[in-house]
Amino acid sequence: MTTTLDSPRRKASAFLYRKPRLRLGILLSAPMLWLGLAYLGALAALFVTAFWSTDVFTGQVVTEWSLNNFVTLFSDAVYRTITLRTVGIAALVTVVTAIIAFPMAFYMAKFASPRARRLLVIAVMTPLWASYLVKAYAWRTMLSGNGVLHWLLNPFGLDTPGYGVLATVITLSYLWLPYMILPIYAGLERLPNSLVDASGDLGARPFRTFRSVVLPVTFPAVVAGSIFTFSLSLGDYIAVKIVGGTSQMLGNVVYDNIGAANNLPFAATVATVPVVIMLAYLAAVRRTGALDNL
Amino acid sequence: MKNRKLALAGLLGAGLLVAACGTSGSSSTAAAPGGQGFTPPKLDALAQLGQPEGQVNVLAWPGYAENGSNDPAVDWVTGFEKETGCKVNVKAFGTSDEAVSLMKTGQYDVISASGDASLRLIASGDVEPVNTALVPNYADVFDFLKNRPWNSVNNVSYGVPHGWGANLLTWRTDKVTPAPTSWSVMFDANSPYKGKITAYDSPIYIADAALYLQTHKPELGIKNPYALDDKQFQAAVDLLKQQRPMVAEYWSDYLKESQALKSGDAVVGTAWQVTVNLTKSEGAPVESVLPSEGATGWSDTWMVGAKSPHKTCSYKWLNHIVSPKANAQVAEYFGESPSNPKACAETKNKAHCETFHAGDAAYASKIQYWTTPIAQCLDGRTDVKCKDYGEWTRAWTEIKG
Repeated sequence: MTTTLDSPRRKASAFLYRKPRLRLGILLSAPMLWLGLAYLGALAALFVTAFWSTDVFTGQVVTEWSLNNFVTLFSDAVYRTITLRTVGIAALVTVVTAIIAFPMAFYMAKFASPRARRLLVIAVMTPLWASYLVKAYAWRTMLSGNGVLHWLLNPFGLDTPGYGVLATVITLSYLWLPYMILPIYAGLERLPNSLVDASGDLGARPFRTFRSVVLPVTFPAVVAGSIFTFSLSLGDYIAVKIVGGTSQMLGNVVYDNIGAANNLPFAATVATVPVVIMLAYLAAVRRTGALDNL
Repeated sequence: MKNRKLALAGLLGAGLLVAACGTSGSSSTAAAPGGQGFTPPKLDALAQLGQPEGQVNVLAWPGYAENGSNDPAVDWVTGFEKETGCKVNVKAFGTSDEAVSLMKTGQYDVISASGDASLRLIASGDVEPVNTALVPNYADVFDFLKNRPWNSVNNVSYGVPHGWGANLLTWRTDKVTPAPTSWSVMFDANSPYKGKITAYDSPIYIADAALYLQTHKPELGIKNPYALDDKQFQAAVDLLKQQRPMVAEYWSDYLKESQALKSGDAVVGTAWQVTVNLTKSEGAPVESVLPSEGATGWSDTWMVGAKSPHKTCSYKWLNHIVSPKANAQVAEYFGESPSNPKACAETKNKAHCETFHAGDAAYASKIQYWTTPIAQCLDGRTDVKCKDYGEWTRAWTEIKG
């Protein structure tokens, strides 16, 4: 026995074999450090900063604990308005992308040939390869008072919505659509065809099958997609700056407080709002099983 | 488990505390109210030049220190490096606030500071007085740019004036008639151009409203649009709230504004000369004017870091950047008025100085240059407290709704 354990490598390996917990610890230390320090640590730092304030002239952070930032956040009506607007935009974007994505994902998962399916997945991903800014500015041009939309809709007595909340919803829906299609596609792929067939055999019409079989099974996948579109919209501040006209979202308030006022603590306070909203949202969707679909 | 979490939080908190204390050292020396609202820390200017130290770390607005890496044709750094042996390391910043916090690291030797940053840098002791006798080209610089409130304190110069410009009233000549001469087209509730107005997206825009009220509501007693007490500030904020529904959009990116003017989504607004030139060159009929009330604007100053170990190279850079050739290149590339009159002979476009009103002191005097609003009133009042920039920012969020 001792003759086979002579090399240090073997010794170490035998040692680790006898200590499964240590083995696991070493294996997980890098990802845990990353998650704990870089990721959750940053969130914790953010939350701590929210209780501090700034010296008005020199712009230095003053490390004295106070709730003043939160008092401002809750007492000023403007932040309530902005929060509601942001949540409204995020919810609308989610609904719009879900409605557009579902038929697309359904076709990809159930009807397209394997070759067409691959091409369609690539087609869905292509917009992700282009720069966010280019896409947002393209929408700015299209939504302009004499842009493509105006030209297309004018013959029907309609007009471009112009820059504003609606334009923001359109642009964000375009930007986040792939993040909705792909999870739904994955969910639909897992739906056994036999279930659909069985529903038909039992006399259900297509709509009934959709409502009673397809939708319940794929709903968690839709919710999984909505986590992406909702949280991405919640934190966005660029699209609204480009096509939002005079409107602003939570991200703009954070950005202005960092970029213009150098008021990091108040920016941190505002930044906790989307975190809290997302936590509430995740808690609400946890029961649907959507988190298993991520 | 609970204890471990607590320990982690504690560790993080301690780390942040250390970081915060580490940078706050310089602020303790700053700012008791004095002649200009504050008294800067006592620092001496360089007495004489020594041997070049081999490098200089430059903190600059984008486009102020081009070394040909963006565009081989745009380069006024390489020649300087060859001539002086000072290697130039450039760091560009996007906002004045970013510049202020970067300067606090002490890693930069020179900085191109706008008026809304320079006072803060002086007050916190991050920059030191400049011995202008060691900058030969300083003698050529327009007199009306020297020893102004944003580049000097009690007649001690803190840097070399570099370039300036105004936030102009701009309109589409085909959509706006007659040609406006007053900011009323943007602020009057009955403006015929409501819904087609574009305004600058920054808290500092509150000063534009204050400037308008200075003429149109003299009873408020506004003397300096950057020194507003409660009542004056509220009036400016109210004016902007009334303006908001008339605004098509706020701009912070001049290309976005140019595009809005081109497409006709905006027909009147506040703009920089460079925006006007760009929009015109792309075929849209726009004109701009310095309205009867005057305008806000910017005036930049190259300053020397107090902790700089490369003083000789820094002074050589200061001298180079206001030399006729380099000053002309920057002014033309960035789209502003040069500070050195001799630069006008060096510009590629011979009309540049005329377009940008270089040397036009009467024109320049109508501009209220960006300055950081602080609690001590910049107009010298001591009986009231003025609104500081933090409050300006909060109000700006509220105005936009």
